Amino acid sequence: MTPARSYPARRDDVRLLVMDPRLAPARGLRETRTTELAAFLSPGDLLVVNDAATLPASLSGADGAGRPIEARLVAARAGDRFAAVLFGAGDWRQRTEDRPPPPAVAVGDELRFGPGGELPARIVARSRLSPRLIQLEFGLRGDPLWAALYAVGRPIQYSYLAHDLPLWAVQTVYASRPWSFEMPSAGRPLSWQMLLALRRKGVRWAALTHAAGLSATGDPALDAALPLPERYQIPAATVRAVGETRARGGRVVAVGTTVVRALEGAAATHGGGLRAGEGETDLRITPAFRPRVVDGILSGAHAATESHFQLLSAFAGEALLAAAAAHAERAGFLTHELGDSMLVLPGALASDARVGAAVG
Amino acid sequence: MNSLQGKAAVVTGGSRGLGRALGLALARAGARVVLVARHAEPLRSVVAEINAAGGEAHALVADVADQDAAAVVAGQAAALVGPVDILINNASTLGPVPLRLLLDTDCEDLERALAVNLVGPFRLTKALAGSMVLRGAGTVVNVTSDAATQAYPSWGAYGASKAALEQLGRIWAAELEGTGVRVLSVDPGEMDTVMHAEAMPDADRTQLGDPAQVADRIVAALGEAGR
Repeated sequence: MTPARSYPARRDDVRLLVMDPRLAPARGLRETRTTELAAFLSPGDLLVVNDAATLPASLSGADGAGRPIEARLVAARAGDRFAAVLFGAGDWRQRTEDRPPPPAVAVGDELRFGPGGELPARIVARSRLSPRLIQLEFGLRGDPLWAALYAVGRPIQYSYLAHDLPLWAVQTVYASRPWSFEMPSAGRPLSWQMLLALRRKGVRWAALTHAAGLSATGDPALDAALPLPERYQIPAATVRAVGETRARGGRVVAVGTTVVRALEGAAATHGGGLRAGEGETDLRITPAFRPRVVDGILSGAHAATESHFQLLSAFAGEALLAAAAAHAERAGFLTHELGDSMLVLPGALASDARVGAAVG
Repeated sequence: MNSLQGKAAVVTGGSRGLGRALGLALARAGARVVLVARHAEPLRSVVAEINAAGGEAHALVADVADQDAAAVVAGQAAALVGPVDILINNASTLGPVPLRLLLDTDCEDLERALAVNLVGPFRLTKALAGSMVLRGAGTVVNVTSDAATQAYPSWGAYGASKAALEQLGRIWAAELEGTGVRVLSVDPGEMDTVMHAEAMPDADRTQLGDPAQVADRIVAALGEAGR
């Protein structure tokens, strides 16, 4: 499968592969378009989205010796500090794994970001996971720091894209606080046209905020440790909506892995029950994981070899996923941030969902 | 408790005139305010005045006509004060003064008036109102003018941009009906501001409204609506 190289002509019109894990693989797959999403959801269902806006998290600069360095912010820490992954010379047109490593840095080293070095920072910690994973303390605080981050930073870019991604292009239509370091891209195909149509149908929506981290670091050891612990905040209204949905037999559909991590991570922390508030989760969704809160997931399309695809196995059986992967491959589904979509939802292909073509 | 207590508000054109007065009034009502303007110095002095009086205000230097500004303003504002509850699209330009008849108006000046007075508010509303709809609450205020409905000779570029802004607001309000998000147009009337003096240097200033009083009325209306 190949990554989408540019933005789709319309945000909410990409291919959608629907999987219904209640059905046998031969009947449990349908290809349609995201414009038809409402046909697969029922009154009483709840769509939970991640409303984090995406920061311009890529900072280009140099170390004290003038050697080029790129820092990609990966997590916010107390006191305006940020965890960051360092890259060496080159730019986003190279794959992260092909980028030269960053120059050796030590705690206490000063870095300067921006064309004129206007955003200074000091390395205050280095991770044992990788010499590339460090903690930065910027020389600015509060308002001036945010102004400098937005002036100097750019959204994290992807080597398979045909063009630069501007900041507006990595935001969802409901983006709020800039907590994410890469776009929570499962929600990218959602438009207000769709969301308001869903509501008219009786499908509810709710939000949480989850700080999506980096998808690649260029360091195999660090890549294997992804995702790093990520912070989230779940509003009381969302906890109520989840409770009401489940009590009435509706389905809770997570838009993206970050929503699964936040809801299931919060539930795991509180013995299975969901509570409102802020937290940090290191939950990893594996095939063995059994979701307690989330019934289904709307996700970007991924190849079977990608970890993102593997985590769909928490929601669907091996045979259905294999059929889905084969179809997506055959049909030329586009993957990654700007690509096509997949919906895994029990009962999605029940009688009223006649949209799209059965596959297999 | 005032219903604007703790609300997050963004006001464009916040360094002087009505924008400055709105910033002061919103902060007095307990809102956490982000003021946006092109020029850093006058903006910082308003922010310092608000903070010195015990309010919370933040300066965000940006030109709303800049294509890339909306995502920057929206992200930074939400980082500084949290999810935005109130957006006041107040920044506007008359174009070059003295004002000229439409037949003498350069196309570039019309384009600039549309960029600042119409497309800027459109982009910023797009960037901020979505999260309001998701949360089921929020208010967008577009500051307009009677030049939107009256055919004042030589006010063509400004008047056309404000007429379009009002129509944008009406359609937005219709599209968002039932979502809890309101889009309002407010005509503040003629006020004693730098902008007014530039447009009508011979006006009798004693007959002009005080921006502080106008801002108090708008903020009071926002507070009422929030109850």
